[in-house]
Amino acid sequence: MRTIEVLGPGCDNCVRLEANAREAVALAGVEADVVKVTDPREIVAHGIMSTPGLVIDGRIRSYGRIPSAADIARWLAEA
Amino acid sequence: MTTLSLRAVRGRFHVPLKLTVGVSVVAWLVAWFTEAPLSDWLTFSVLGLERGSHFGEAIAFFLLDVPKVLLLLLGIITVVTLIRGFFPPEKVRTALAGRGTVAGSVTAAGFGIVTPFCSCSAVPLFIGFVEAGIPLGVTFAFLISSPMVNEVALVLLWGLFGPGIALVYMAAGLTVAIIGGLVIGKLGMERYVEDYVWALQGKGGTAIEIHLTWEDRIRDAWAYTRDLVRRIMPYLLIGIGIGALIHGYAPTDLVAAIGGRSNPFAVPIVVLIALPLYSNAAGTIPIVQALLGKGMPMGTTLAFMMAITAISLPEFVILKRVIKPPLIATFAAIVTIGILLVGYLFNFLIHTP
Repeated sequence: MRTIEVLGPGCDNCVRLEANAREAVALAGVEADVVKVTDPREIVAHGIMSTPGLVIDGRIRSYGRIPSAADIARWLAEA
Repeated sequence: MTTLSLRAVRGRFHVPLKLTVGVSVVAWLVAWFTEAPLSDWLTFSVLGLERGSHFGEAIAFFLLDVPKVLLLLLGIITVVTLIRGFFPPEKVRTALAGRGTVAGSVTAAGFGIVTPFCSCSAVPLFIGFVEAGIPLGVTFAFLISSPMVNEVALVLLWGLFGPGIALVYMAAGLTVAIIGGLVIGKLGMERYVEDYVWALQGKGGTAIEIHLTWEDRIRDAWAYTRDLVRRIMPYLLIGIGIGALIHGYAPTDLVAAIGGRSNPFAVPIVVLIALPLYSNAAGTIPIVQALLGKGMPMGTTLAFMMAITAISLPEFVILKRVIKPPLIATFAAIVTIGILLVGYLFNFLIHTP
């Protein structure tokens, strides 16, 4: 089971990133939990200030941008 | 299998990228240089409206401004966003850590120009700065500068009024941010930051730098710009529409009486009007352009613009999660006073005919 964390307080950008992440899960054909992290303390604990951030299995993959579903699927396929 | 098909998709994307960029740039330039004569021809020859008539001038203003503002936004914001991608807040924080309040405030205000900031990131940004030991005043210098000296405002000011006004606006914004940061630093308001924020000091992580290809960056910048333009389009059309009406119909005396130099309350009045218009710079700049053309003085105009971009009520509400009301009130008061001073100062300095 993989874990995808979407870091952000819940603005439009975070919603869009979450949608991309869910699409990527389907695209990559893996089993993954998509979790939203909205607590700013937890976000900062990753060293991220520009939201939305994307963490896959504990590894920061992007922040301050919205990667496409294809990009996220590629990261899911990598590890 | 998925990796393979994805690689095929990306492979196909690689070749057209350069071509797409090249074609877009050429198309943009052609549109930019043919836009004014085209809209003139459309208004006065095709539609057959009379030059100098109220209606004709209003329509001409609208048809000239809509494509012009759109081109400016699409072209320059894509480029600005591309540049901004190289200065994320995470890098700025590293650059600011360990600096004193004075040098820090100046640097932070400067970074505010190039660092992207959206008010939904305000809380993580604030915590992140405090957590890295950056002085409170420096953090506020950044919080004032980043939204105030923003790319939409600068691009539109540059395109519609010329580089002089845009640079004056930038200088004034930086000054307000630096002085605001210094004052908040001097006031010693650290006790008005929520305790849990202090408890985090030195405990946060440092984000690893993530390598982005030019392709990623260009796609990001274009996606951001397209999205932004789509979002502000309605305000822009309404703004240009009102601007057109003012341009065609409003008598110069009326504007001069309300917003003019002879009315000592003009500056606070426009700041009050700006309060509910927060972050709608795109829609208001065309209105401002028309008002300026009708004799509204430069200082009043600048104060109006700054109040729209820098005084954001929703942002104050969001910041309540990390700072207590007295500090929020101080922050709001300093920004407002700064804007009023800029207004009066420029009305005094620049004599627009």
